[in-house]
Amino acid sequence: MEKTYNNKAWFFVLPVLLLVLFSAAIPLMTVVNYSVQDTFGNNEFFWAGTGWFTEILNSDRFWAALQRNLLFSVIILALEIPLGIFIALNMPKKGLGVPVCLVLMSLPLLIPWNVVGTIWQVFGRVDIGLLGRTLAILGIDYNYVRDPLDAWVTVIVMDVWHWTSLVVLLCYAGLVSIPDAYYQAAKIDGASRWSVFRFIQLPKMKRVLLIAVLLRFMDSFMIYTEPFVVTGGGPGNSTTFLSIDLVKMAVGQFDLGPAAAMSIVYFLIILLMSWIFYTVMTSSDKDA
Amino acid sequence: MSFSWMAWTLPTTLFFVTIFALIAAMGIWEYFSPGGAPRVGILRFETTRGDRLFISLLGAAFINLAWLGLIGPNLWWALALAVVYAVGVFRFV
Repeated sequence: MEKTYNNKAWFFVLPVLLLVLFSAAIPLMTVVNYSVQDTFGNNEFFWAGTGWFTEILNSDRFWAALQRNLLFSVIILALEIPLGIFIALNMPKKGLGVPVCLVLMSLPLLIPWNVVGTIWQVFGRVDIGLLGRTLAILGIDYNYVRDPLDAWVTVIVMDVWHWTSLVVLLCYAGLVSIPDAYYQAAKIDGASRWSVFRFIQLPKMKRVLLIAVLLRFMDSFMIYTEPFVVTGGGPGNSTTFLSIDLVKMAVGQFDLGPAAAMSIVYFLIILLMSWIFYTVMTSSDKDA
Repeated sequence: MSFSWMAWTLPTTLFFVTIFALIAAMGIWEYFSPGGAPRVGILRFETTRGDRLFISLLGAAFINLAWLGLIGPNLWWALALAVVYAVGVFRFV
């Protein structure tokens, strides 16, 4: 039977398109306009051409921040995705444990980002923080204000604490949607625990994992508030990610032109990476 | 309504008019030939006309950025390369 197409359905998405126009397209167009001009305030602009883009693309500061950001995202994905799957697999599927686990898992997600930053900033302090003080008593030289490695570890552990729950909840939703018949069939076939995971649970979680990977990549690549509150981008520039650098440039230095050019490059990188993730994961889904 | 706060310039206006014209043209194309003409090209995954436009525009942005970073500020050759790339995408992807 031939498929029928009704283009009138497009009218139903018109309100959403208008919302996107006002909330995303118009601000983005403004940023593009800023990126080719210079301003000293008072809404006066001077044509700068592609100069800001050339400056950004030849800036060591930009590439260093980009490398730090990519490294951060890779570490976050490598930790949070397997950990989230592991916890979801071990969560109870029925009984009182289900709501208890779900509430516990939801708690970190309900805390505002700046509060998470403040919690970890105090938690890690060597003089009064539970973590910092305990490590000092154990003889471990830990100081996130002074040591770049300690700052990185703190920011990573904080993000894992804050966001692994999201991966857990998504994976758990995928797991509970698997009908019992699959497990019964696997049991009859004498499948091992690994085989059940590899051939039943993992394929069924693929769609939610795609969402989890995309969300965690985009969020970690755009991270700002938490590291800004904990380390302020330091020590030195060791935790200055792209967004922190961008805010320093746009708000701190009021360099709107370079900041707009950097925003566009940043946006294009996120768009490309998200498209690659989405395409790879959905095309392998179709092959399966 | 004044849009002066958006700091419009003639080149950026032309840039956005081109983008919106391309999207509108895709809409008209879809109206007369619905379904998006899905096919599997050299990238070995299914793409529709919309996907191919997206890949062309995103690729064009990176071609221009690479040109700016590696060669220089004159973007006419980069634009020509981007057009060739887009034709290639619509033909083979």
